[in-house]
Amino acid sequence: MQRFSGSSSYIATDDLKMAVDAAVTLERPILVKGEPGTGKTQLAIEVARSLDRPLFEWHIKSTTKAQQGLYEYDAVARLRDSQLGDDRVHDIANYIVRGKVWDAFDSETQPVLLIDEIDKADIEFPNDLLRELDRMEFFVYETQELVKARHRPIIVITSNNEKELPDAFLRRCFFHYIKFPDKETMADIVNVHFPGLKKALLTEALNAFYRVRDVAGLKKKPSTSELLDWIKLLLAEDIPPEVLRSDDKRSAIPPLYGALLKNEQDVHLFERLVFLDRRAGQ
Amino acid sequence: MLIPFFFLLRDGGLKTSITELLTLLEALQKGVPGQSVDDFYYLARATLVKDEAQLDRFDRLFGVYFKGIDDALGDLFEDVPEDWLKRQAELHLTEDEKAAIEALGGFEELMKALAERLEEQEDRHEGGNKWIGTAGTSPFGAYGFNPEGVRIGQQSGRNRRAVKVWDRREYRNLDDSVELGTRNIKVALRRLRKFAREGALDQLDLEDTIDKTARNAGLLDIRMVPERHNAVKVLLCLDIGGSMDDHVRVCEELFSAARSEFKHLEYFYFHNFVYESLWKDNRRRHSERMPTLDVTHKYASDYKLVFVGDATMSPYEIVYPGGSVEHWNEEPGAVWVKRLLDTYPKAIWLNPEPRERWDYTPSIKITRELMDDRMYPLTIAGLDEGIRALH
Repeated sequence: MQRFSGSSSYIATDDLKMAVDAAVTLERPILVKGEPGTGKTQLAIEVARSLDRPLFEWHIKSTTKAQQGLYEYDAVARLRDSQLGDDRVHDIANYIVRGKVWDAFDSETQPVLLIDEIDKADIEFPNDLLRELDRMEFFVYETQELVKARHRPIIVITSNNEKELPDAFLRRCFFHYIKFPDKETMADIVNVHFPGLKKALLTEALNAFYRVRDVAGLKKKPSTSELLDWIKLLLAEDIPPEVLRSDDKRSAIPPLYGALLKNEQDVHLFERLVFLDRRAGQ
Repeated sequence: MLIPFFFLLRDGGLKTSITELLTLLEALQKGVPGQSVDDFYYLARATLVKDEAQLDRFDRLFGVYFKGIDDALGDLFEDVPEDWLKRQAELHLTEDEKAAIEALGGFEELMKALAERLEEQEDRHEGGNKWIGTAGTSPFGAYGFNPEGVRIGQQSGRNRRAVKVWDRREYRNLDDSVELGTRNIKVALRRLRKFAREGALDQLDLEDTIDKTARNAGLLDIRMVPERHNAVKVLLCLDIGGSMDDHVRVCEELFSAARSEFKHLEYFYFHNFVYESLWKDNRRRHSERMPTLDVTHKYASDYKLVFVGDATMSPYEIVYPGGSVEHWNEEPGAVWVKRLLDTYPKAIWLNPEPRERWDYTPSIKITRELMDDRMYPLTIAGLDEGIRALH
């Protein structure tokens, strides 16, 4: 049996590996939750890459219907063809447009199917997919055809917790909550993304990052993806590690902090705190 | 296999189902986890828990099961008086162990060391005294107080690796019975969002029109839908000042979270209890007041009324005319609350005081009766209950 063990560009913790292994072995969906920017979507991509499977991505929006993942019947095209006298019009199968789930079911090898941000959709959306995820088959009414998965796909579902998911749906999934990585894991993650990073810079950057995260009252705490962006900027600007050290009150604002704080109020709050700090230091 | 564990989880309040247990067994049969208990813990967690709010509870129950302390379960959420602990300890300790305790400086010293360690824990876990209190009831646990127990605890305090994964309780702040923070309150408030389309059919549904027309072989079939909006309207009344000062921060979080969730959110402040007028801006509370009757006339009865207040005051402030601490009120507060409730049948009272204390404060009891028992604690679980009552 193949095991998922992270990859050269993705650090997976032990509990995450276990959850993925279980989902792969038992061929059941895995539901991944966690703070935005902790690599939920990335997980599916990395699982597909490390197990060498094709990846199908289905991104969910607030208007997405479960049916769209299976197939859609393009009645408008058929109407137009009938008016133009096209011969295609006699076969309704010509107007069945396949969705991502169908594509995944039809894959030659066992694929990975990503259902991204399932909580964005209507509250009934997960319920509409119960049978499809359970039995891995669905029925096309227009052509009276039963579509069955050739290989049960590895399904990765991500959620940002905007809506509660129905119990019946949850029962069918494995669940993993990606918690925010601690300093050591974070160092591993940064190492994977920027292998040549000087150790001094990495340590200082991480310290500065966790200091910003610890500021009470931030609306949106910076997460892993923001940290990676920020380090990219630091490298591009060639900023020496000493600048990041906060012993000196005057430089308590980390340079290029715009990459870490995405909210105007947060930036104001942060600047105000640093200002107060500086005044207290004098 | 694992059936006692399963029932322990269910008794402990997890909503684990048979399907999930079977999945776990299937995974075990297929050899998913390796040999270690840690692997099993990860697998069991991924299979049996589907809500991060319950991860912490799972961790605790897992710890309980694998230490074989069934009787600790009943006390999971209670602190235990110290002298009770002491009696129990003396019952269970053998003569040798008692001698060992004496060698360590006597029972008092030991208890002091334990207390210190408890404090240490509290700092790390923000009020994690419950867990420790619980575990302390059993002399067998790592957190117990027999000589061995204390030693284990001290070691693990210094060396993080000695602590079992589930004992670290990293998901504690996701537990839904702890007090609210801005993050978890949002989750609960989202329940209030009802993406119902309500009102007249006044918008052209272009997509459906095209679809229906095409299926109709070209005969125009116009489809209309009502405008989509968040149908939930909320009237929020916040107690401010006085005994509420402790809770103002929590209330403000609730308030700021609530603001982004509804299209119609009206908020008013009151002090201690509702009387003939309310105000919107606390800095100008004496100059700009709105009569409560105007409020009930202005906002229709489909608004949902939410009070946030500790309802802790002298009972006179509720039931007698002139009871208010700030001014002379012609009619008692109870009458005003009744009037509001008559206008807004869907109403709840959120109380930041812990539920255990409600029965000891007469004014809370009175308020609860006024509210027909629709008072809920200001925790995420309480909010959940309350919001369900609002529907």
